[in-house]
Amino acid sequence: MEFAFTDDQLALTQAAREMLVDSCQPADLRRLLESDEPRDDARWSTINEMGLIGMLAPENAGGMGMTLVDFIGIAEAAGYVALPEPLIELAGVTLPLLSRLDETRGWLERAMAGAVVAIGHPVNPLVADADTADALLLGDGEDLHLVERGAVALTRTESFDPFRRLYAVEWTPSPATKVGSGWGDTADRGALLAAAQMVGLAQRCINMAVAYAKDRQQFGKAIGSTQAVKHMIASAQVKVEFAKPVVHAAAAELPLGTLAARARVAHAKIAAGEAADVAARMAVQAHGAMGMTWEVDLHFFLKRAMALNYAWGTAAAHRETVVERVKTLRTGPDATFASELA
Amino acid sequence: MKLDYTPDQQRFRQEVRSWMTANVPPARLPSFDLTREGFEAHRDWERKLSEGRWGMVTWPEAYGGRELDLIRWLIFEEEYYRAGAPTRVNQNGIFLLGPTLMEFGTDDQKARFLTRMAAGDDIWAQAWSEPGAGSDLAAVRSTCTRDGDEYVLNGQKIWSSRAVFADWAFGLFREPGSERHKGMSLILFPLDAPGVTRRPIARMDGELVFAEIFLDNVRVPVADRLGDEGQGWHVCMATAGFERGLMLRSPARYQMAASKLAALYEANKKQLPASVGERVAQSWMDAEAYALSIYSTASRLEAGGTIGPESSTNKIFWSELDVALHQTALDILGSRAELVAQDQGNAPDDNWLDGYIFALAGPIYAGSNEIQRNIIAERMLGLPRA
Repeated sequence: MEFAFTDDQLALTQAAREMLVDSCQPADLRRLLESDEPRDDARWSTINEMGLIGMLAPENAGGMGMTLVDFIGIAEAAGYVALPEPLIELAGVTLPLLSRLDETRGWLERAMAGAVVAIGHPVNPLVADADTADALLLGDGEDLHLVERGAVALTRTESFDPFRRLYAVEWTPSPATKVGSGWGDTADRGALLAAAQMVGLAQRCINMAVAYAKDRQQFGKAIGSTQAVKHMIASAQVKVEFAKPVVHAAAAELPLGTLAARARVAHAKIAAGEAADVAARMAVQAHGAMGMTWEVDLHFFLKRAMALNYAWGTAAAHRETVVERVKTLRTGPDATFASELA
Repeated sequence: MKLDYTPDQQRFRQEVRSWMTANVPPARLPSFDLTREGFEAHRDWERKLSEGRWGMVTWPEAYGGRELDLIRWLIFEEEYYRAGAPTRVNQNGIFLLGPTLMEFGTDDQKARFLTRMAAGDDIWAQAWSEPGAGSDLAAVRSTCTRDGDEYVLNGQKIWSSRAVFADWAFGLFREPGSERHKGMSLILFPLDAPGVTRRPIARMDGELVFAEIFLDNVRVPVADRLGDEGQGWHVCMATAGFERGLMLRSPARYQMAASKLAALYEANKKQLPASVGERVAQSWMDAEAYALSIYSTASRLEAGGTIGPESSTNKIFWSELDVALHQTALDILGSRAELVAQDQGNAPDDNWLDGYIFALAGPIYAGSNEIQRNIIAERMLGLPRA
């Protein structure tokens, strides 16, 4: 039993985090929006050069063969900066799925080099990043199909989060596009990595609230010196502190694929979603009327948190998995970890 | 990250489980807060634990411990609660004073107090709070006046858990004329010393959970001061860290309660809406989150890390989860919730009302949650003091 990250994991996370924080400040997000470009090419190149995209792909496919535990801190960091580029889903969801298919028509290698393969999983009816994708991995019943971007018709559906480009996809499955069947653990990976991003988003909202509350004066003193504001912020921090270990455990346990492991992922999504929701709303309140404006950067983080809270399964849906686990598997003090349960 | 127990750890779990199976009293012991008889029954249990060297497993062997690491401590606690073993009457001593003694005590103090504490020979009470000084511990007014190699203690302590029947207490006293954090000393004193008067305070359910302690020219040797003279604040803050950190409330307690809650729900669910099942699941999740957090902290501490103001988040989390968990149980019981002797279907040993009343105190003791939130805001997040 060793519930801790290794020094290597911490160092890798730290390096990725520094790169993301340096290159993805709110001012950078605003510049990207004004340029009307879907992504920052320089940052995407850096992400690619650091080898982050292929981290979880198997070594025999040219990846680094690392695990979700290696990657989870990077997902938190991506949330912390509200990263517009699809690093987390590409590296954490798409590539592991592609590498399990019988036939990828060369898309595994291309995705490893930074080509975007968007995923149309049944749990998310609108496909994110479909316009910038080079190909789409879509489901038709149990069958999976890889379809080139040019072979589908996309209809943009605008998200509250300006960096979420969501599309309804019209396409026709054919034997030529079929590449395998079954989504496997794709939805769980998506949920887990959304949870990790929400932990980062929650911490960002808290840090912004703290910075504002230290600076903003009312009645002749910083609002952050008042107990009402302090307690509101502290309560959000408690939510984050107790979502984080669940997310980390879920990263370690997800590969077991059991009900206990899936319930841990569900718990992670629920807890991180609640932490992000509480932290984002708290941060709006701490900013006062400014918190409602476009001018204050907070909205970037609030919007991403809200979007991720509903992506890859709602809290209500995940709660059913937890209820099922409590009902059918052993509970109690000697049944903490999924590996202890059948 | 290895979320599997090693074969050694599994063997250790089996060893604890076997011992508990053979030794845990089959019937629930009478309350240690209601009668001397109940208190002594719990002391006997402490002695039995100590004979098996299970009194305090993380302590050095020289004091009756096993020098186990924190992961094994967690496993021990899991088996302890799983077996339904009695609540530790000496928790103030073993979890709070014990670690403080090991950090600040003289060799003589360690030898005199730790072994007897582990053996259940001395049951300890905490004597920190005073009328007018609860969470504002720096406002204590009780005094220690130096007289040669003795202190003369005067003043009044309150909300001292277990003090009605306990043997010893550890309290914070100040030099006459000193103010706030300065001039305070942590002093150990026997509760049967001349000049000590205890007045039990009945809790809302009539149990004598706490006492007021009146000190009228109580003489104690200077050798019974823990830490340096005038350094009581510093020593107490270390103890408070233990209290809010890992040891006071092991996660197993809440995991066991959540498990019983799930059983209570299963036994009653035909008459209940599905939303209650979701609240049961929430209590289970919260208990798991607390367990995972403590495992993660324990792993970090074993690797040489430290625990800081984030221990305040622990205290808020377990106290709030305990209230919510018991509230959910009472909601399941419905009209039976108010009954002192509850008919609870499949778990006749559990009295959820008792648990609820105890849980109500959680956000108050060990530093009120309001104070913990201030600590998080100021020391963890760097917000300005008022």
